[in-house]
Amino acid sequence: MRPQIHPIPSGTRDVLPDEMRELRDITESVRRVFERDGYGEVWTPALEYEDVLARGGGGEPPAYRVFDDHGEVLALRTDMTVPIARLVATRYPTVEPPLRFSYFAHAYRGVRPHRGQMREFLQAGIELVGAPAPQGTAEALTVLCHALDAVGLRDFRIGLGDASLYPTLLRSLMVPQTAIDVLMDALVGRDFVALEAELGQLGIADGDADLLLRVPQMRGGPEVLADAQGPVAGALAGLRGVFELLSPEVAERVIVDLGLVRRMGYYTGAVFDVYDPALGAPLGGGGRYDELLGRFGRPLPAVGFALTIDRLHIALAGEETAADDPETQMTAPPLRAATSDGARP
Amino acid sequence: MNGSLDGLVIAVPRGALMTETLDRLDAIGLDTSEVRSNDRKLLFGDVGIVTMRPSDVPTYVEAGAADVGITGKDVLTEQPDRAVYELMDLGYGLCRMVFATVDGPDPSAEALRRLGVMRVATKYHKTAAAYFERTGRQAEIVEVKGSVELAPLTGLVEAIVDLTATGTTLRENNLVIREELYASTARLIANPVSHKLKAAAIDAMLEQLRAH
Repeated sequence: MRPQIHPIPSGTRDVLPDEMRELRDITESVRRVFERDGYGEVWTPALEYEDVLARGGGGEPPAYRVFDDHGEVLALRTDMTVPIARLVATRYPTVEPPLRFSYFAHAYRGVRPHRGQMREFLQAGIELVGAPAPQGTAEALTVLCHALDAVGLRDFRIGLGDASLYPTLLRSLMVPQTAIDVLMDALVGRDFVALEAELGQLGIADGDADLLLRVPQMRGGPEVLADAQGPVAGALAGLRGVFELLSPEVAERVIVDLGLVRRMGYYTGAVFDVYDPALGAPLGGGGRYDELLGRFGRPLPAVGFALTIDRLHIALAGEETAADDPETQMTAPPLRAATSDGARP
Repeated sequence: MNGSLDGLVIAVPRGALMTETLDRLDAIGLDTSEVRSNDRKLLFGDVGIVTMRPSDVPTYVEAGAADVGITGKDVLTEQPDRAVYELMDLGYGLCRMVFATVDGPDPSAEALRRLGVMRVATKYHKTAAAYFERTGRQAEIVEVKGSVELAPLTGLVEAIVDLTATGTTLRENNLVIREELYASTARLIANPVSHKLKAAAIDAMLEQLRAH
């Protein structure tokens, strides 16, 4: 008999029991950490009114929209941060902060689907509302570390930067707004060649152009924060403040990355990404969004992060494979990524 | 091999960029003699080099199968949504992305005027489509895999968008450059996670490449 083909949409996939058991192990480990650290789990609808999501401003635009029976436009959420901002403003309008929420929920984006990046993907995360920097940021980083430890990842690192650092630096050097947009596009696009070319055309002092090229490439231990002076000192003092509140176990996982920027427009201060040598893309990330809640009528500072469960799973499997084969790990760990689909070089 | 680059896997492009790429890697202390002497082998674990066609370099680097790689700006322009860092313009491998037609009266202008659409053959369909959109011209992009120069000579298309270094092949086929889209050179790219977790090795490589 000829097998019938019933396709599923691009960027979606089925999960069968063997994989599901492993995914469950991961989500249950993370859930225990969130629950223990005081983050109550919430659900929100996968579908929201498009104009309510748009109120978040500057986030990832929705990829899937439908009309409901009244002709209203509904959209599948692209993350959980905006829905939780809505939830806080409407369900907790007068409750004394801080508020702590966690979620395990699918989000939807119009990405080019590949391993670890589907269009429908499960995220685990927290939102800490009403806890300003640096204490709130330090708490979120600590919960993040606990969650990654609980999953069983050994080699992860957290890159910590500040979304406001580079725009502030540009403005303080009197760079015009049109040029700021071009330079930020180059930086978000990870294109240092374009950044250097654009800086060369600005007509600013050589020393300033050099600073603007050097700062986003500065990354490493906390010594990076000590080095920098001048216009970036404010943002760096903020990051130092976060560092001082971290326990040694958390601090040793954190690398400073002054070039860390975000396409998502609601981040205002500290931002972070999670890296693991077993995967070529971040496992997740987060940051401060101190103005988002205000757009929903409850102005409170907030911070949160989201981890992509599929990527935690791939990284965990990758770390296990690397540990089984110490020789490969020592000579060239990244090559494992190419061989993990079974094709050996 | 050079100690500071230890542990980096480098994707090296085969073809036109290969020799100069290996020269630059030699200059910063890698021993690429095995790569040069062995034409069929693809993976050189001892020096941390993998070789591939230039258009595959972003794929390997984005996935983390190589930490850094060297490829042409033309390849990066054609694959704009790859999540890789573009770290350095290496300067060599200079060529131009051009819009060309047969010599004489411009058949693409004639097609646009009378038929509203010109047909353009290329291996760089994203680059070409974006260029004509930006310049307000309607174009039907015909993607070909082999010699692009053949397409306008046979009447398949009115124009081509292609990469040229010296222009010799174009001239030999009676084609003239009508417009230049951009100039392309070799670029050093890096995986975004490697860029953070192997920062010292990558920065050392950058510094040495700048110095040589």
